[in-house]
Amino acid sequence: MSAVYSVFKREFGSYFSTPLAAVFLVIFLALAGAFTFYLGGFYEAGQADLQPFFRFHPWLYLLLAPAVAMRLWAEERKSGTLELLLTLPLSLWQAVLGKFLAAWAFLGLALALTFPMWITVAWLGDPDHGVILASYLGSWLMAGAFLAIGSALSAATRSQVVAFILTVVICLLMLLAGFPMALDLVRGWAPQAWVDAFAGLSFLTHFQAISRGVLDLRDVVFFLLCIATWLAATVLVIDLKKAD
Amino acid sequence: MIQAHALHKRYGRLLAVDGISFKVEPGEVLGFLGPNGAGKSTTMKMIAGFLAPTSGTATVCGHDVQSDPMAARRSLGYLPEGAPGYGEMSPEGFLGFVADVRGLTGGRRRERLQAVFRRLSLEDVLHQPIDTLSKGFKRRVGLAAAILHDPPALILDEPTDGLDPNQKHEVRTLIRELARERTVLLSTHILEEVEAVCSRAMIVARGKVLADNTPAELLARSRFQGAVSVLAADSIAARAALDGMPGVSGFHQEAGDGRLYVFPQGKPVAPDAVAERLRQRGVAFSGLQPERGRLDEVFRRITTAQAKA
Repeated sequence: MSAVYSVFKREFGSYFSTPLAAVFLVIFLALAGAFTFYLGGFYEAGQADLQPFFRFHPWLYLLLAPAVAMRLWAEERKSGTLELLLTLPLSLWQAVLGKFLAAWAFLGLALALTFPMWITVAWLGDPDHGVILASYLGSWLMAGAFLAIGSALSAATRSQVVAFILTVVICLLMLLAGFPMALDLVRGWAPQAWVDAFAGLSFLTHFQAISRGVLDLRDVVFFLLCIATWLAATVLVIDLKKAD
Repeated sequence: MIQAHALHKRYGRLLAVDGISFKVEPGEVLGFLGPNGAGKSTTMKMIAGFLAPTSGTATVCGHDVQSDPMAARRSLGYLPEGAPGYGEMSPEGFLGFVADVRGLTGGRRRERLQAVFRRLSLEDVLHQPIDTLSKGFKRRVGLAAAILHDPPALILDEPTDGLDPNQKHEVRTLIRELARERTVLLSTHILEEVEAVCSRAMIVARGKVLADNTPAELLARSRFQGAVSVLAADSIAARAALDGMPGVSGFHQEAGDGRLYVFPQGKPVAPDAVAERLRQRGVAFSGLQPERGRLDEVFRRITTAQAKA
């Protein structure tokens, strides 16, 4: 476990040794605010809750989570540090988990820095704090799922740009899985059971309940399983593509 | 001790490593020589546990790299080709990270870090990002990471590649020091390095071991070993004078400076005998000198002979 923590610490620190962290945090907060006030109609709704804020999180992550995840493995591969990391006495799982947790913690920090939103709504009215806390947790879980997808795709290439684009596409597909646009891709050739299963993968459907403050155990399990699956894929991809 | 037994590595249709076996004992420095793409790095990556062999086994200090990878990695220090490091980190941060993953803690951690900072003279650059360091310093940081846990075995992939002559000298001195009680396997394509640091040299090409000797034995394979060279204004006369001399097998005249090489048959050619014979026949000459074996010639002959076959 201490190896996971060492990898985590190094990775998390590396966000802050370049301007990446500052740039990312500023853009994340600015976009989160813009979405809430302009698109979400936070004031116009006249309700003391953070629904307009959370409703746009899937789209915020669609753009920004791949930007955090793209460097996870592509950079290690490109700079040759992959060889160094994977010949240290730690298992591939520990390395994958440590790096993922660092990215997840970083997005968690970005999310935590939106706290003035919570303060604003608490000052303006009398919101249900339990609901807001649940929404925050759900949002963070979804961020983890996005990052896990990005981790696997970042492992597949040495180009961060390719990793970014692939991740955005796959994340969009996962977001919209329950919608006709994405379902039509599958409906043509797969049996109905598969189509239903695919529709059940939709991040948006699972997040909708969460953004209303209903932290259903099934949604939590869904996102955790999603993270575990994509991290397993990361391990597999790195193992298969080590020689390239 | 590092041991490889019938290592094979196949990439699709390419057989990069084709049955390499060897054993390196503590106190020995084994140099891997070979043209680019010979399978040197691939072999080292398999022993370091980065790549899985297609078949065959390797052990580091008795630990099998596949069945007991963690124990094997703990006994081994590895410098990958190009000495990669996390560019945005400082040497202090980077080596601290390696120490953490290697499970060094407390006083031992501090002591080992101080030891490698001092040994590789990193004190002045401890807080600069690795990306901004010179090639020589980057290489030293990589070496520091490899010896941080004081491992009994070391694998260094081209440790002096791209360094200036002074830096090369420093790194070689360090390797010789390290080798005293350790097992060292290094790869290089700088032939002078073999004579400078290796106690044994293995020539590898197309994934196969073509020669495994001490540097002296390799040198003895050179036709220049025991030869004599001389500069004569009238090289044709000199050649005629020396032709048929006992113990001489043939001649070669260098196109550039016109130096005439007299190759031995069996034992070395005696320079005095050559001088005597030239004087007897009235051939004016200068710059008579004994020659020693040339590794580059042996290397070329061994590696190209196989390519033709």
